[in-house]
Amino acid sequence: MALGLTLAACGSKNDSGSGGTTTGGGTSQAAAKLKIGLAYDIGGRGDQSFNDSAARGLDKAKSEFGIDVKELEAAAGETDAQKEDRLRQLAEGGYTTIIAVGFAYETAVEKTAKDFPEVKFAIIDSAGPSADNVANLTFAEQEGSFLVGVAAALKSKTGNVGFIGGVNVPLIQKFEVGFTAGVKAAKADATVQVKYLTQPPDFTGFNDPAKGETAAKGMFDAGADIVYAAAGGSGNGVFKTAKANGKFGIGVDSDQYNLPALADVKDVIITSMIKEVDVAVYDFITSVKDGKFAKGEKVYDLKAGGIDYATSGGKIDDIKSKIDEYKAKITSGEIKVPSTK
Amino acid sequence: MRNLTARSVLLGLAAPLGALVFAALVCGIILAATGNSPIDTVDAMATAAQRPRTLVNSLNSATVYYLAAVAVAIGFRMKLFNIGVDGQYRLAAMLSAALAGAAFMDNLPSFLRIALTIGVAMLVGAGWAGLAALLKVTRGVSEVISTIMLNAIATYLVSYLLNPARLAETTPGSNNIGTAKITEGGQVPGIEVSGSSTKVFGLVVLAAVVGFVYWFVLSRTKFGFELKATGLSESAAVASGVSVKKMVVISMLLSGAVAGLVGMPQLLGSSYTYSLDFPPGLGFVGIAVALLGRNHPVGMMVAALLWGFLDNAANALDISGVPREIVLIMQGVIVLSVVVAYELVRRYRVRAEQQAVGKALGRTKTLEEVSA
Repeated sequence: MALGLTLAACGSKNDSGSGGTTTGGGTSQAAAKLKIGLAYDIGGRGDQSFNDSAARGLDKAKSEFGIDVKELEAAAGETDAQKEDRLRQLAEGGYTTIIAVGFAYETAVEKTAKDFPEVKFAIIDSAGPSADNVANLTFAEQEGSFLVGVAAALKSKTGNVGFIGGVNVPLIQKFEVGFTAGVKAAKADATVQVKYLTQPPDFTGFNDPAKGETAAKGMFDAGADIVYAAAGGSGNGVFKTAKANGKFGIGVDSDQYNLPALADVKDVIITSMIKEVDVAVYDFITSVKDGKFAKGEKVYDLKAGGIDYATSGGKIDDIKSKIDEYKAKITSGEIKVPSTK
Repeated sequence: MRNLTARSVLLGLAAPLGALVFAALVCGIILAATGNSPIDTVDAMATAAQRPRTLVNSLNSATVYYLAAVAVAIGFRMKLFNIGVDGQYRLAAMLSAALAGAAFMDNLPSFLRIALTIGVAMLVGAGWAGLAALLKVTRGVSEVISTIMLNAIATYLVSYLLNPARLAETTPGSNNIGTAKITEGGQVPGIEVSGSSTKVFGLVVLAAVVGFVYWFVLSRTKFGFELKATGLSESAAVASGVSVKKMVVISMLLSGAVAGLVGMPQLLGSSYTYSLDFPPGLGFVGIAVALLGRNHPVGMMVAALLWGFLDNAANALDISGVPREIVLIMQGVIVLSVVVAYELVRRYRVRAEQQAVGKALGRTKTLEEVSA
């Protein structure tokens, strides 16, 4: 009870505070008052993947701007109504900037944003909900995947490469389609083996290294020598198997060569497809802080940044110029990378 | 005699209440040990209980959990462990959603559309459960094994069908994928509650009807008697002329048909499409709720409401800084303590009854003497 009253009190106070932020711009006083709520997808902070990337962006903003932050997490098997309740509680609790991580929040953001026009929302990975107070932060994963596909084709000795997707959902299919297109562009007769670890609604494929190990072993046995792991935490298993078999892997989301958790296997990671969710989150918070919130879709692609490939470790230095040629062609629009099968 | 009834009522209450108190104690200790304040937790939950939206969401969750629990309980009463409720409801929801969203359905009257959708869901659920029943009566395959495997197969089947080339469609810019949206005529309108933006599922009525039918069939019909008799003693049932194989098939089909209903309140009352974010895992919640409610129509209702409230209070806990995982711990501890408490009370009751009988016969025989 007492808690509820405090929350309500906070809410009314901060509503006026947010008005100051949007109209007055980025004065330091307004920044100090900025209250950010972040709702994670299943797995939350510590998933070594997508959610963690969002968390990095939030942490960076927090340390730089001294904002007030509240992080909430989704439970497995919950309904849209429960996701909506999460966002509404944040809004009612005075969090005037709310970031929803993952397309699962589509319906929830759409419904909540309508009732809280003064609250600024951002949803990652979905162009779905559209309103004056919603920013859609999406990524062209297929473009980065195309480039690592080129790298795989050029580096493969057997002409046989693999793709391991965490869960068979349209989002991960974008990675697969881009990767395959890249491989074929660089070497038309190359074979691409494709395997998804789990089928929805079983999302454990994003966080099950053992499944990644088994799948990668199968691919290496079938002649592949480089496997692209678009499978979140399961990628660890892929790299472990690659190391044990003297083969190579390609990382995803962040520059995995430099991740402390993967230090043991980093010599097999020739490159990574970088999807900078952290940058998107940080940029969004900065825009709100500076009073420059922009509604609608913001696409992070090769051209705009936010999507790229990594060169850490120096394993692809010899073919970097070729990859950059493709990169230039994609940014100029000469090559249009498909995103669906 | 009246004395005995008063005591049996008291004993009946002792188990669930004792279990709840025990579970609350354990959770309090865990919270304190992890540096969270149990008082803040109770406070946050009490606040949540006053928020209309949380209550509506809890009731909606409970509706779905209750249906899942009844589906499981029908099997339990026959000593059949239908772990496949999960796969049954997902497959049923997906296929009936595809049907309900199909364009030709637009021309049908609303009532017929809804009835068709629900009917198909029940048929699909029953059919999927029927496979396990068939395997059991013809090949002797344990339904525990076969239903678990059928869950996995259902997952792959749904995933295969949920494809733009087959039963699903995508929206540009969205990473979601689902069946065509059910238009208004096929939806079941919700019940408005003041202070809540979410409506109560119209199909809460369906859950109540299912609960009533479950009670009526089990306690007021010959079939229900035979079902319970088979569950209690198969050989006794056979001796009194019950065909066990027939009972297995019928009760699995019924269990599956009710399982088919599990997805309906959510599908027709809120989602209107079967997509990637359709709630999974409800079948397993059903098992826990059926255990907690002791397969009793009212017991399961109370259990479903409790479970629904705990699930929906998690957001409030999270926002007040208490880790939401405490809800999972609470649920687990409650189920475990209920199972243990009922066993303790059952033993106590058996001993008390034996003593009463012994007294009536003129001498007291202890349990040890009886078993010796």
